[in-house]
Amino acid sequence: MSIPFPLLPPSASSVSTEVDLLYLFITAVSAFFTILVAALVVIFAIKYRRRHADEVGADIHGSLALELTWTFIPFAIAMVMFFWGADLFFRLARPPVDAMEVFVVGKQWMWKVQHPEGVREINELHVPIGRNVRITLGSEDVIHDYSIPAFRVKMDVVPGKLTTMWFKATVPGTYHLFCAEYCGTKHAGMIGQVFAMEPQAYEAWLAGGTGASSVPPAQAGEKLFSEFACITCHKGDSSGRGPILSGVYGSNVELADGRKVVADDNYIRESIMVPTAKVVKGFQPIMPPFQGVIGEEQIMQLIAYVKTLKPADGQAAR
Amino acid sequence: MSNAVQPRNSYLDAPYGVAAWLLTKDHKRIAILYLISITLFFAVGGMFAAGIRMELLTPRGDLWTPDLYNKLFTLHGVVMVFFFLIPSIPAVLGNFLMPIMCGAKDLAFPRINLLSWYIYLLGATVTLAAVFNGGLDTGWTFYTPYSSVSSQTSVTTAAVGVFITGFSSILTGLNFIVTVHRMRAPGLTWFRLPLFVWAIYATSLVMILGTPVIAITVLLVGAERALHLGFFDPARGGDPVLFQHLFWFYSHPAVYIMILPGMGVISELVAAMSRKQVFGYSFVAFSSLAIAILGFLVWGHHLFVSSQSIYAGLVFSIISMLVAIPSAVKTFNWTATMYKGSVSWESPTWWVVGFMGLFTIGGLTGLFLATIGLDIHLTDTYFVVAHFHYIMVGGAIMAYMGGLHFWWPKMTGKLYSEGAAKTSAVLVFVGFNLTFFPQFLLGYMGMPRRYQAYPDEFQVLNVLSSAGAGVLFLGYVLPAFYLTYSIFKGAQSPANPWGATGLEWTIASPPPTFNFDEEVIVTEPAYNYKPTREVHVG
Repeated sequence: MSIPFPLLPPSASSVSTEVDLLYLFITAVSAFFTILVAALVVIFAIKYRRRHADEVGADIHGSLALELTWTFIPFAIAMVMFFWGADLFFRLARPPVDAMEVFVVGKQWMWKVQHPEGVREINELHVPIGRNVRITLGSEDVIHDYSIPAFRVKMDVVPGKLTTMWFKATVPGTYHLFCAEYCGTKHAGMIGQVFAMEPQAYEAWLAGGTGASSVPPAQAGEKLFSEFACITCHKGDSSGRGPILSGVYGSNVELADGRKVVADDNYIRESIMVPTAKVVKGFQPIMPPFQGVIGEEQIMQLIAYVKTLKPADGQAAR
Repeated sequence: MSNAVQPRNSYLDAPYGVAAWLLTKDHKRIAILYLISITLFFAVGGMFAAGIRMELLTPRGDLWTPDLYNKLFTLHGVVMVFFFLIPSIPAVLGNFLMPIMCGAKDLAFPRINLLSWYIYLLGATVTLAAVFNGGLDTGWTFYTPYSSVSSQTSVTTAAVGVFITGFSSILTGLNFIVTVHRMRAPGLTWFRLPLFVWAIYATSLVMILGTPVIAITVLLVGAERALHLGFFDPARGGDPVLFQHLFWFYSHPAVYIMILPGMGVISELVAAMSRKQVFGYSFVAFSSLAIAILGFLVWGHHLFVSSQSIYAGLVFSIISMLVAIPSAVKTFNWTATMYKGSVSWESPTWWVVGFMGLFTIGGLTGLFLATIGLDIHLTDTYFVVAHFHYIMVGGAIMAYMGGLHFWWPKMTGKLYSEGAAKTSAVLVFVGFNLTFFPQFLLGYMGMPRRYQAYPDEFQVLNVLSSAGAGVLFLGYVLPAFYLTYSIFKGAQSPANPWGATGLEWTIASPPPTFNFDEEVIVTEPAYNYKPTREVHVG
């Protein structure tokens, strides 16, 4: 007899089988305890059913040994679940360094995607199988959530910051893409499709993509960098009024108040949007804020450009 | 109330009249006022649920407009959580029974008790004003910046309504705590208290510590909307995730406000229906406090994909695992209480057995969500919806219905139809599982919450779920008929129809206005069942 509905979503990423295993493990534990409790309750209700109107139960008050047993065994099982889940989570939460980076911006009620080569798409995502893909997520309005059940991954898209998720697709196919965080009227319409493709097919798709907008994000960022006259202060040498940006991405930056922070996506985003939030040591808070001036896509392009600025030979020690 | 065999001085007797009821300071009459009000809100919240389940019969969102659908699930949540579940067991059964179980004439502050009910009504009225004036479409979670910037509905009014209602909870909690500390009868030591009182006490602690936080949080949302102050909106320098921390700092403990009293009810019912001391009394009592305390430390498990630090996520994951332990301890102790008991098959037992099954599934599925690597896939899906309905409906409402059936003869002095009550318990159990079990499967398939339309392959499970909701509806409507019928035509209940221990069963049904004719002196522990004939050996 076949079941008229599916029990598991397609398993199409490098972690999906392990997530399913963990799910089945906890399901088995849960089924065991549910059946145990249900069976005992039913058996006791039948075996010890009241036979005379005035009878009472046995004079039993408790058992320390039993209490310790049913405290410790659930504790031990819960810890197995915790460590397995934590191990999996660490791998899910940390994108591999070699991942290709795709930018996704959510807004009510659509997903805008840009690939490293500059190809854009809306409400669809084409990715090659066998390759680590890191998605950088930004929101233009409210909180959304980028969810791909077939890959068992999901991440909130939060206005005011950039978030990331990653996966490695393993099976070619077309999969659901959902917005999983309620975002207003057409929340249920903020859906799309993920196309996991053989690498050659992916390359072919890229080549046939919408040519007009095929400026890679880093190049677009470089253009913005000069359009907004960032270059006036952030010069290639130490003569500028702003910090040198070469090699800054991923480095430790010392701030005016003595703190040290890592120059990651969100640090650079904040330094553009609200520059006075974290002022680099030795510089004046003179940069104008770009909050409300530029959007999340432009922020992502600027970050992509800043990432390309490798340290020049003379400043390698920085 | 024409039946002449009622005791003359029952709390239901004179003074009659609307004013005498609306200005009553009697905890039992106030409990009845709450019973009527929360039943009405349960019906309202149920109608919203019916609207949701009808829409989800088909994959395309073709019954309501998207905005109406969003309002339906929002109002279902707001009404059921704030105006039904939170007051349900504490304000009805707690109000009625806790003073009697303590051997007291009333709560410590009878006027404040009445004030709590009026504040509850005021908050509910303001919230309903929002419903009829633009509605509310933020989800009961009010997530920012959608609620504070984007939504075009009456968020500010609803926030004020929830803010006002919070004071009702705080005052009720305060009243209960002072009553347990100050009003216990001579000889009624803490460890002689019925476990229901322990559970209500633990719940009251959560109410007075947690409710101020939600009150302030929704007020901040209202202030951001109305006054454009920047708390949660990043465009104004706010942090949207801050809202989630504040909201869940209350709203996760609020889950325990809903389920702890239910656990207390089940402890009473298991003991009375098995005529046996609760197995491991002190473990059951302290597990209530453990749940109340740990419940305050797990809010971050709602934020595993909200961009909180991954280390914070790990800490919240492990503490969430720990909160499962006291729940497991309670479940095993209830089961062990039935061992070698004298288990009655009267209707309260049917609700208890239903609770045991549904609460066990509800608690265990919490482990899936506490397991952080798995929660990434499950969060924001129907798995979460199924899980918390198993706790709040399968657990809390099942216990509430069990308690209502158990104490109904005490509260009204009337007996209802046992056959009808058992039928209702079975309908609720079957209907509930048919409604919500498919949602676990939908959740693992990836179907997100709060979706009006969904891919075709999810339809079979959704239709099953909607069909189950129909059965569940019958299961809940039936008691409205036979319980109401019992008030007018039911047989007179004796003082102790179940042959149970407990101070409430030593006084008349319905109780006299001041509960006890003379001062109560307690000389024995709770659930002290003395054999009057040879105990059968199983």
